[in-house]
Amino acid sequence: MATMTIAKAINEGLRAALAQDPRTLLMGEDIGDLGGVYRVTDGLKKEFGALRVVDTPLAESGIIGTAIGLALRGYRPVCEIQFDGFVFPGLNQIPTQLAKLRTRSDGMLSAPVVIRIPYGGGIGSGEHHPESPEALFAHTAGLRIITPSNAQDAYWMIQQAITCEDPVIVFEPKRRYWLKGEVDTSAPAVDPFSAQVLRRGTDATVVAYGPLVPVALAAAAAAEEDGRSIEVIDLRSISPIDFDTVTESVARTGRLVVAHEAPTFGGIGGELAARISERAFLSLEAPVLRVGGFHMPYPVARVEEHYLPDIDRILEALDRAFAY
Amino acid sequence: MSGSRLPTAEFEAEDMVRSAQIAEAGLVPEPEMLQVLAPDGVLSANLSAEVAGSVVDFSPYLSSTDPAHLRSLYRDMFLLRRFDQESTALQRQGQLALWVPLTGQEGAQIGSGRALEQQDYAFPTYREHGVALTRGVELTEILRLFRGVTNGGWDPREKNFHLYTLVLAAQSLHAVGYAMGMQRDQLSDPALPPAATIAYFGDGASSEGDVHESMVFAASFDAPVVFFCQNNQWAISVPSTVQTRVPLARRAEGYGFPGVRVDGNDVLAVEAVTRWALEHARSGRGPVLIEAYTYRMSAHTTADDPTKYRLTQDEQEWRPRDPLLRLETHLRSQGLADETFFEGLTQEARTLAADLRAGVLAMTGPDLADRFAMVYAEPHPLVQEELQLFRDYEAGFADEGTRD
Repeated sequence: MATMTIAKAINEGLRAALAQDPRTLLMGEDIGDLGGVYRVTDGLKKEFGALRVVDTPLAESGIIGTAIGLALRGYRPVCEIQFDGFVFPGLNQIPTQLAKLRTRSDGMLSAPVVIRIPYGGGIGSGEHHPESPEALFAHTAGLRIITPSNAQDAYWMIQQAITCEDPVIVFEPKRRYWLKGEVDTSAPAVDPFSAQVLRRGTDATVVAYGPLVPVALAAAAAAEEDGRSIEVIDLRSISPIDFDTVTESVARTGRLVVAHEAPTFGGIGGELAARISERAFLSLEAPVLRVGGFHMPYPVARVEEHYLPDIDRILEALDRAFAY
Repeated sequence: MSGSRLPTAEFEAEDMVRSAQIAEAGLVPEPEMLQVLAPDGVLSANLSAEVAGSVVDFSPYLSSTDPAHLRSLYRDMFLLRRFDQESTALQRQGQLALWVPLTGQEGAQIGSGRALEQQDYAFPTYREHGVALTRGVELTEILRLFRGVTNGGWDPREKNFHLYTLVLAAQSLHAVGYAMGMQRDQLSDPALPPAATIAYFGDGASSEGDVHESMVFAASFDAPVVFFCQNNQWAISVPSTVQTRVPLARRAEGYGFPGVRVDGNDVLAVEAVTRWALEHARSGRGPVLIEAYTYRMSAHTTADDPTKYRLTQDEQEWRPRDPLLRLETHLRSQGLADETFFEGLTQEARTLAADLRAGVLAMTGPDLADRFAMVYAEPHPLVQEELQLFRDYEAGFADEGTRD
């Protein structure tokens, strides 16, 4: 057991993956000597060399496209996209190539590419730096999408993404990079594509992922003071979604609130609302409610605290669910 | 090229483009264009040009001018053209959804494809039927895609020939990444035969950002890749003069690696220049850009109508430069192939077309249920659930006879 930040846990996970398999490569902008703008790859170039930790030209399509070529040659490339909004210059390669290679080849080819994307707001950043574009990718068959919310998961999930035969996008909650937690490097890893119940409750379920997991837990603690027992689920995987765990929970609690930073329209919360209404309609005491971003481009930093879902927004949604 | 290029009206812009195109088409080949077999069938001994500041002699890279070799090149191109005609016919008869003809580009494709070694790896667009042939892909396999029974058609790992890429230019980055992998393999196992990739694209796709990024990456890492641009003059209806203000080969200078323009309708020159470029790449000296100057003698696809955007005169001017014609002229004038050879070839092409047709008509679509297993390599609960739903739904019709 060691205490480390999420950033350090990913760093350690990458180090373990690089040490374990010589086919593993890291590629991205400024990930070498600098160690990445968030220092997630700090020290790795020094340890593994420039052929394994590759500072690339500033070109996201180039990073992802060459990673696909390397994967076709048998390598395991892990791409770092510097910020969420910077994935868009590389977007063509993801749905048209990476996600479809397996189907196009009638199952003959795999493209085990990992794309790491720091995402989400709350750090006072400028435009294109605080976004949550996960739903865009979740809609694309052929991709897997995971997002850790704590150091233990961060350490293991990055390694599981690298060994997965499918392309995996790892959305990293950038405002939680410095959140410390216990990491057990010898513990058997939990299935990265499963959700985890972090807090047991009986009256309502709150599902969150990535940066909003600590917010959901805090909201549950606050609700407890009002005598409400809230179950909190960390979704962990956005594609596939572990609907079984959520369904089982809602069958017991009867209420569901889904929280994410991304805009609610067309988002993961909507998908959960639909699936849960299909699977647990008769268990529901209230409609599934969503707490998320508004249908607007992410606002300027000075007002982001009003935009981002916080404890009160989740509590307000719970109030509505209970009042229904 | 002086003063403002801004047209004052739309028709003037069209005129400008068209006249530039016509002027270019009517010109003798530009000085830097490499050629050994002239349109009149005369074979020249000289094949050298200035590349990146020094004179390169490509003649050592010429394959044998042995008659048997020349005849085999002609045979490939001849059969390919018959393949193209039969595929067009199959599309017209509703047996293929679409066909992408390559008539006019046989020299560029057979020449470059023949230059590849077994360990090299090619990344095609969707028109590289000739390169496919040189890599051992069965011609019927190519038609599976256009028949709509697969989006692939062959095992790329077996042929060292990647699947067709329809979002053009995306494959140029895959070629660079693959080459970066070859580079690493070579470092960890020097006993491996040196290898390179070849990225095919056209004058149209040369405008795509991915081509730019692939050249930047290739140059940065000295990746063993040859960029093979078939400039067939037209990106569907837009002439190459809209894509570029300089000969495409010259773009390489900006990236810091050699670029050469070769007569794409001269199969011998293409083969030699590509062989040189591959050796350059394999020996660790970095990428090369080849612009194979050619002409799309047919439509972009069977859904296209070139009469709406280009002049018959334009097409006629290119006809004498046909890659097959000039090799045929050479073979006949030098007495390297007799009538029996040409008649035999016609017969062989007829058989090929008949086999092709039979093969296409026998192709049946896959079962949709099987497609569920091809989305992910590892088990995926949503896909499994939806497969079950689909099967249950289909099973509901079991008592109602056949649905189709």
